[in-house]
Amino acid sequence: MAEKKKNALLEHDISEELALDLMREMLLYRRFEEKAGEAYAIGKIGGFCHLHVGQEAAAAGSIKPLGREDYVTSAYREHTQAIAKGVDPNAVMAELYGRSDGSSGGKGGSMHIFDAECRFMGGHGIVGGQVPLATGMGWKIKYRGEDSISLVFMGDAAVNQGGFHEGLNMAAVWQLPCIYVVENNEYGMGTAFDRVSKTEMSTKSAPHGVPAHVVDGQDVLATYAFFRDLAAQVREGAGPQFVDLQTYRFHGHSMSDPVSGTYRSVEEVEQAKDERDPIAILRNTLKSAGVLSQEVFEQMDVEARKIASDAADFADASPLPDAEALYKNVWAEINPNGRLFFDGRPEQEEAS
Amino acid sequence: MAIMTYREALNAALSEEMERDPDVFLMGEEVAEYDGAYKVSKGLLDTFGSQRVVDSPISELGFTGLGVGAAMAGLRPVIEFMTFNFAFLAIDQVINSAAKMHYMSEGQFQMPIVFRGPTGAALQLSAQHSQACETYYSHAPGCKVVTPGTPADAKGLLKAAIRDNDPVAFMEGELLYNFKGEVPDDDDFVIPLGVADLKHEGEDVSIITHGKMIHVALQAAQKLEKDGINADVLDLRTIRPLDMNAILETVRKTNRIVYLEEGWPYAGTGAQIVTMIQEEAFDYLDAPIIRVTQADVPMPYAKNLEILAKPSAKHVVEAVNKVLYR
Repeated sequence: MAEKKKNALLEHDISEELALDLMREMLLYRRFEEKAGEAYAIGKIGGFCHLHVGQEAAAAGSIKPLGREDYVTSAYREHTQAIAKGVDPNAVMAELYGRSDGSSGGKGGSMHIFDAECRFMGGHGIVGGQVPLATGMGWKIKYRGEDSISLVFMGDAAVNQGGFHEGLNMAAVWQLPCIYVVENNEYGMGTAFDRVSKTEMSTKSAPHGVPAHVVDGQDVLATYAFFRDLAAQVREGAGPQFVDLQTYRFHGHSMSDPVSGTYRSVEEVEQAKDERDPIAILRNTLKSAGVLSQEVFEQMDVEARKIASDAADFADASPLPDAEALYKNVWAEINPNGRLFFDGRPEQEEAS
Repeated sequence: MAIMTYREALNAALSEEMERDPDVFLMGEEVAEYDGAYKVSKGLLDTFGSQRVVDSPISELGFTGLGVGAAMAGLRPVIEFMTFNFAFLAIDQVINSAAKMHYMSEGQFQMPIVFRGPTGAALQLSAQHSQACETYYSHAPGCKVVTPGTPADAKGLLKAAIRDNDPVAFMEGELLYNFKGEVPDDDDFVIPLGVADLKHEGEDVSIITHGKMIHVALQAAQKLEKDGINADVLDLRTIRPLDMNAILETVRKTNRIVYLEEGWPYAGTGAQIVTMIQEEAFDYLDAPIIRVTQADVPMPYAKNLEILAKPSAKHVVEAVNKVLYR
C-alpha cells in the first residue's frame, strides 16, 4: 500500500520535500481563512469577505509551480492565492482589517489584494473583469519578448461574461502566454452552473481555439504536476490554455451567506467535506506513503495556526490609515495646472 | 508653424510619441491595415509594424481591458475607440479598472493609458452614434478627460496625454478631423493638461466651452461683435484637470457667463462648472449663468430635427442676450 501511494509522488514527479511543503501551504491557507472568518464574526473585518476554504489545493497546486516573474491575477476570493504568490500573510490580513500595513494600505480590502513586487495583480471585484487585464499582461510579455506567463483565476460564473470570451479570443488570435483557470466550485454565488449554462465548462474555450483541460483541483499533487507542465509549455510558446479546475467551496459565498444556504443542501456540503477535502486527501496520501506521520502533521498545523494567529495580531496592532491617505494615490500624476479634486474639502489640498 | 489638419496633428503626435518611447502602442478597430476608420493612424502600420499598431477584434470591453492590463505591467497603450459611442461597452474597464487601479493598490500600479476617439455628433448619424460622452468619464476620480478643439491643441494635448501616468479619455471631434490650423513643428510641442485657452477676447460676456463647441462659440462671438458685444471665449481644453483659475478670471472680468457644451444638460459638464462658479465667485455675477446644451432628447436622424437638437450659435447668441438682459 505504501509503495502504491508513494507512486503518487513518483507519478507526478513530486519530491517528498515538495509534497510536505504543499501540505504546509494548504494548512496555512485553511487556518488563515478560518482566522479571517473569526475576525469577521467579531467585527474586525468589514465589507464583503469571500473565503477560500475547501479550495486550498487549487491555489497551491496552480500557483506554486510558477516563478516570481509570472503574473497572477484573480477575482475576489483571492486571499490565499496572494499568499501562494508570495505576499506576506501579515500584509494580507492587515488589508482585510483595513489597516495601514495592509497590502494596499487598507484602501483595497478583501477583494483588492495587490503586490507589484510579487506580481500578484489583484484582487478584482467585477466578475470576469480581470480576464482582459490578464490578457493584457500576456500581451506585454509577448510585446517585450519575455518568457514569463500570465495566469488568471476566475469563478465558474465568469465564463458567462462577455469579457471572458473577448479575452480568450484575443489571446488565441495573438497566441499570448496566458493560462485561464476557472476555479469551478459549481456555484456562482447561489446559482448552480448547470442552471445558467447549457454547455459543459470544458467546452467554453473551444469556440476560440483555446485548448481545454479538466483537472481535479482537490488533488494538490495532480494539480501541481499539471500546472508545472502546462506552465512550461506555455512558456515555450504553446499559446493560451483553459483549465477547468474542479473544486468545491466549504463555506458560503461570502461571510453573509450561510455554509449551505438555500441553494445547496447541508448533506451535499458535508459529503464534500468528507470526500473532497484537499488537506485530508494529501494527508492520507502522504501518511499511507510513510512520508508524513500524524505527529508531524499536527506540528505543521500548529505552525500554520500560529502564522494565521500572528497575522491577526499583526493586523490588529497595525494603525488605521492616516486621514491624509484618503486623497493619496487617486492620481499617479498631479498635474501642476488645473484642479483634479472637486469636493471643495480643505484636506485634499495637502494631497494635491 | 505648419498648417495641418486636426487628423494630421493627431497622427503626428502618435507618430512622435511612438518614436520616442517603444512602450507606446496603438490598438483598436481598423487602426492598422485600414489606416484608421477616420485615417488618424494613417501610415503608422508601415512605420511601426503590426506589433505596435494593432487591429483588434470588435471587442471594446476586451481590448480596453487588455490595454489596462498591459499598462499595469508597464506598457503605455493608446486604445482607439472608433467612436466613444462604442466605448459604453468598455466603460466598465475604464471606470472600474483603469480609474481605480492606482488607488486600490495604494500606488503600486500606475495607469499610463490613453483612450481616444471621436465623441459627439457628426451629421445625421442618429441616436446611437451622436453622443457627447465627456461627463461619463469626468465623473470618476482617477480618470483625466481631454477635449481638444484645434489641430495645435490636438497635437500638444495628445502628446501630454500619452506621457501622463494616469488614464486619459482623449475625446476628439469627428467633424474636426478635416479642420485645418497652425501647428508648431517642434517635436517637443506639448500642451500641459489643465491649462485653458482664451480663444477670443472680450469684456462684455464670457462663453465657456470645450471641444468642438469652441467653433460654435467663436461663430456666436463674431455675430455678437457685429452687435457691439465682445465675448471672451474660454476653451477649457481639459475637463479634468480643470483650469478653475482661468474660469474665475473670466468670471471676474465679464461677470456674465454662458456655458456651452455639446452634451445633455442633466449633470453635464456645465452643471459642474456653474456650481463651482456660484460657490467661488458668486459676488462677481451680474446675472444667472445660462447653459446651452443639446436638446434633452436622443439625437434624431431627420436633418431638420438634428439641427434643432444641436446647440448652435443662434442658441448661444440668445443666451448671451439673456445674461446681458438685452
